[in-house]
Amino acid sequence: MSSRDQILARVRAAVADAPEAPEVTRDYLTTHTADDPAAVLDLLHENLADYRALVHRTRPGGLPALLARLLAGRGATTVLAPPGLPAEWLAGSTATLTADTPASTAQELDAVDSVVTGCAVAIAETGTLVLDGGAGQGRRRITLVPDHHICVVRAPAQVVASVPQALPRLDPARPLTWISGPSATSDIELDRVEGVHGPRTLEVVLVEE
Amino acid sequence: MSGTYLGMPSFPKAAREAVHNETLRGNLRHATHTIRDKRAKAVAELADWAQLREAGKQIKDRTLRHLDEYLVQLEESVTAAGGTVHWAADGDEANRIVAGLVKATGEREVVKVKSMATQEIGLNEALEAEGIAAYETDLAELIVQLGEDRPSHILVPAIHRNRGEIREIFARTMSEWGRPAPEGLTDSPAELAEAARLHLREKFLRAKVGISGANFMVAETGTLVVVESEGNGRMCLTLPETLISVVGIEKIVPTWQDLEVFLQTLPRSSTAERMNPYTSTWTGTTDADGPQDFHLVLLDNGRTATLADEVGRQALRCIRCSACLNVCPVYERAGGHAYGSVYPGPIGAILSPQLRGTESEIDASLPYASSLCGACYDVCPVAIDIPEVLVHLRERVAGQGGRGHRLEKAAMKAAGWVLNHPAALAAGERAASRTRGLHPKRLPGAAAWTDSRDLPELPPEPFRDWWKKNRT
Repeated sequence: MSSRDQILARVRAAVADAPEAPEVTRDYLTTHTADDPAAVLDLLHENLADYRALVHRTRPGGLPALLARLLAGRGATTVLAPPGLPAEWLAGSTATLTADTPASTAQELDAVDSVVTGCAVAIAETGTLVLDGGAGQGRRRITLVPDHHICVVRAPAQVVASVPQALPRLDPARPLTWISGPSATSDIELDRVEGVHGPRTLEVVLVEE
Repeated sequence: MSGTYLGMPSFPKAAREAVHNETLRGNLRHATHTIRDKRAKAVAELADWAQLREAGKQIKDRTLRHLDEYLVQLEESVTAAGGTVHWAADGDEANRIVAGLVKATGEREVVKVKSMATQEIGLNEALEAEGIAAYETDLAELIVQLGEDRPSHILVPAIHRNRGEIREIFARTMSEWGRPAPEGLTDSPAELAEAARLHLREKFLRAKVGISGANFMVAETGTLVVVESEGNGRMCLTLPETLISVVGIEKIVPTWQDLEVFLQTLPRSSTAERMNPYTSTWTGTTDADGPQDFHLVLLDNGRTATLADEVGRQALRCIRCSACLNVCPVYERAGGHAYGSVYPGPIGAILSPQLRGTESEIDASLPYASSLCGACYDVCPVAIDIPEVLVHLRERVAGQGGRGHRLEKAAMKAAGWVLNHPAALAAGERAASRTRGLHPKRLPGAAAWTDSRDLPELPPEPFRDWWKKNRT
């Protein structure tokens, strides 16, 4: 008997006499926030900042200048721009643009100063950005290896209030990365320290359209 | 379970040593109180916590009731997404499968995401025996591995170490494993984290094989989920060419929607955050993004035996948040090592004896490692009634007999006879009072009780004699 058959047989024997389990009662809230896009955006801002992300706000016309200023402020000379990122976003920056290709190595990514991406959805109640590998987001490694990540969120189109509102908008077949503030650890006396293995600086640009 | 813990003494013996270690108690007290206060605040933010908790319990119960169907569904969906599914009846089989997969890549080292399942089966030791080096990449696991220590908490395995001890471990041992600690390393948490970053980054960037567990597996989509904080998980799940995930069969949730419950309750219960910094999901393999070869090893190792116990099976709802450890007065004083298992604290006291059976001294003692105060049940986000299972397991241990239980029965029988014979009782009381000065402070044969408690002083004369003299 294979282990597969053995395990399945043990499971069946174990629950043979168990009572039927009831259907799941989903009487929890689908959101904890009033249905007001401005309030939801403010909450996203507040919760991102609470977890030490640097948050900026702008209008679509101001985005290129803001990104140029943020990159210059870091002294970034090389910037990774994933496929599908609108070219005009980085039109104001003097940094050299680098493309991510399947052939580029982790060491090459490690040498890049900054990465700029969009996102699939942002969750206000938890201060979370979700990237799904779609246009302008790139492969998971590009928002992981470089030390500085700027993520652009288009509001209100990409902003939801809660986790239950986010999941139906995401495709589980895609590789998803949920990001809530920069990399952090609490392993030393439960003191929170930002920046262990992921980007140590996370900047979020909320673009109010 | 892991050979690391073979030969562990019973809980009372291990705990007695631990409670006399003042550094350990200080570290633990600071850590558990910090996190329990934060958790209470994070939970209070959600007005529907009770409903989320009930839904989490129901989802897990329904999964367990139909676990065979969901396992088969998961296997189909993972396979359809480009992964390969393996089944392991016990830890040895899982270790053999993983070692075989690593060897097939031609590699001799792997990077690991912190995983309870791989600790439970002693995977690192099994790989070492096959000539494969397994590097733990979670900061706390790194501290434990470099210190040749054992983890003592589910979420913060090095919770028993303070910053001074961590600095000493890094300065002394990092050079043996790879990049040495920076010169003049201090004990500031930021500097220690930076040392770990530099030490591990060289391993991440060259790793060809990653090994992980998973917090959840979604049956309908074949999606695996890992929640973490540091980004070491993302490194291991993203950069290697081959990914091997070893996951207990109880970690299934039926639907994608079910994650909306656990992604709200798990972070708040474990690290007391609204959301952990990173959550990664992957469904089989994706072209040009992440590992192109994915293997899922489904682990039984005592879980089906646990499932067969109608009271004890609720332990399989556990999502490993560790909230129960942080509120437990016994854990706070005894520390995680005393439990002799990778699962310490209240959940360990019911999980380990079920996964391993109650034959060994340590496993027979674990159901007694509790004051039954119930704080663990109150904080559990999937409503596991830990006190109920503890009492149930005590019945099982008592039923199997053993030296302590025979002595107890004999003592109770003797006491019953004396209490039924007033003259004998009175004579005994007088004799006891007159010989007060000769009484030992500890009772022979009952050391387990009297080692940690003072015997009450006997009065100079029995109460009934005093009453006769003064009131009649």
